[in-house]
Amino acid sequence: MTIKIRKFDTLIIGAGGGGLRAALQLARADAKVAVVSKVFPTRSHTVAAQGGLNAALANVSPDNWHFHMFDTVKGSDYLGDQDAIEYMCRSAPKVVYELDHFGVPFSRREDGNIYQRAFGGQSQDYGGEQASRTCAAADRTGHAILHTLYQQNIAAKTHFFDEYFAIDLIKDEEGYILGAIALEIETGEPIIIEAKTTLIATGGAGQLFRTCTNALINTGDGMAMALRAGIPLQDMEFFQFHPTGIAGKGMLITEGVRGEGGYLVNVDGERFMERYAPRAKDLASRDIVSRAIAIEIREGRGCGPDKDHVFLKVDHIGADIIKKRLPGIRDLAMTFAHIDPIESAIPVYPTAHYTMGGIPTNRQGQVVVPEMEGPEEPVPGLYAAGECACVSVHGANRLGGNSLLDILVFGRAAANHIISHLEANRYHRQMDMDSVEKSLTRLARWDKKGEGESVPELRTEFRKVMEDHCGVFREHSVLEKGLEKVKVLRQRLQNARLKDHSKIFNTARIEAMELENLMDVGIATVASALARTESRGAHSRMDYTERDDTNWLKHSLYFESGRLDYKPVRLKPITVDPFPLKPRVY
Amino acid sequence: MVADNNSNKLNRDRLLWSCRRGMLELDLLLKDFIYKGYETLELDDQKAFSDLLDYPDAVLFDLLMGKSITADQGIASVVKKIRTIATSTTA
Repeated sequence: MTIKIRKFDTLIIGAGGGGLRAALQLARADAKVAVVSKVFPTRSHTVAAQGGLNAALANVSPDNWHFHMFDTVKGSDYLGDQDAIEYMCRSAPKVVYELDHFGVPFSRREDGNIYQRAFGGQSQDYGGEQASRTCAAADRTGHAILHTLYQQNIAAKTHFFDEYFAIDLIKDEEGYILGAIALEIETGEPIIIEAKTTLIATGGAGQLFRTCTNALINTGDGMAMALRAGIPLQDMEFFQFHPTGIAGKGMLITEGVRGEGGYLVNVDGERFMERYAPRAKDLASRDIVSRAIAIEIREGRGCGPDKDHVFLKVDHIGADIIKKRLPGIRDLAMTFAHIDPIESAIPVYPTAHYTMGGIPTNRQGQVVVPEMEGPEEPVPGLYAAGECACVSVHGANRLGGNSLLDILVFGRAAANHIISHLEANRYHRQMDMDSVEKSLTRLARWDKKGEGESVPELRTEFRKVMEDHCGVFREHSVLEKGLEKVKVLRQRLQNARLKDHSKIFNTARIEAMELENLMDVGIATVASALARTESRGAHSRMDYTERDDTNWLKHSLYFESGRLDYKPVRLKPITVDPFPLKPRVY
Repeated sequence: MVADNNSNKLNRDRLLWSCRRGMLELDLLLKDFIYKGYETLELDDQKAFSDLLDYPDAVLFDLLMGKSITADQGIASVVKKIRTIATSTTA
């Protein structure tokens, strides 16, 4: 079989904000850079980020990068690496001004400076007054950033492989990453994209869970590729959930609804949050509300024929207020839950939102793994940035406004390191055809005909298992059963067959490979969650309710073989004193 | 006939992949419409649907969630059909 080969200095897998920021830096430095994206680049999930990005510009309230650093370390429940967090918070203003110069239309104050809004978890003076730190382009920040970066990349002559699905990294016997093998979706033909350096920027894996806010494309492809290349995934047990998503669908019903007087009820019509948080009730913190909903359902007080959700009641607020203050929520409910909140309650369930864990990297974006020499040895030629990576600035919990910042700061940092690497490594290494063959065999497996399991059915079953066994309600027996079930599902996927064996635009084949990726990432997630016997940040165990710094102030590393390893949290910042451990109380 | 079926399938697969967007809301609305409404469209409306898919996600979201309107009659007609199917389907 013949296979097309294209050669570049750098291959970037994923065309969200992280990938495009890196690509721009590289293209402007005259590197020959290619971006592979399974969908048209401006349809990447970065467009869904409405909130904004944090930077201590001090345009609205007194601020400095060290306050921002404090909030991020505290938000991470002290699992974030303080050197990477310092780097991110110090770089934030520069990144915002660069975007401004690229043409991102940031909202402005009357004095012409960039407007900054207040967001949860942001403070002045190390936990004092609320800070206004989040820069936004109205409610379309992600969209504005993505489109601006795409246009700039076109001008800088970045090469785009639109609608190409990356299958696997190519790795030689010495452990160098030589690029990737990808599939052109339109023709169904594989292609080798050879590169001196490869950056994974494929985003998160929200599609692991039945109820999630993430687009269908968020299937953890880059994370699974890394796992298959022998790289562990770090801190996968930390997944951020929002308490109220439309049940079974996932779209976010914002806290604003409860702020306007909406409240949660179970099947008996009981306002159950009064039992879990007698004072704050429905306005208790996200993790408390999420867990309360999960407990109500587990104990048989869920609503609907399958008793698998609770209701968010707003009809008592009155039609006028709902129309005036919650029109967007009303439209979401009518469109996706098929009910009008003026008349009926909205069915809700905690919805998966953000993957804190991912491919382990250092603050230069190099992918790092434990080797003989130490816990963080760079994998030659391989980088990762954004939600697919774990650098780790979010630790056990991400703060609002830090995700867009993360992708931009570390996309740029990775590109800068790549530029210096390219100066020292001028030639491509010898291609490793054994590695290519392995991927082609994996691809050919979907050409098998005959009877077998259905991919869509396995996908539905898998996402429900993840939601039931590794969602917000976590305890030993639930997680243990979950791990067993997910492993069985992964075995069953081996016996799945496609009905469609056409080559051209065979989306069923892409979806099958996406499910392989999701399941591998899912096993890593459940196994890491089962092992961590403490509650920290977004990982909340019913059987280990406290944070345990003595035993668990460490990052977990899950390997494809099922082995778990750990490495210390980097508690020492670059130039300042470490923030000492404290209880995370707001 | 076989050729027609193949070309219809290819067109549908191509459209389905174009319905993969950056936002879950768009994914669900557009994919649902391909299965439940697209086949019944007249040729002009099919062309308008294809044009609609070229819109940026944020613009598409505002149109489909009723936050904005368009002066283009063809696009407006398809948007209305997508919204009708979305709000009338049982969950």
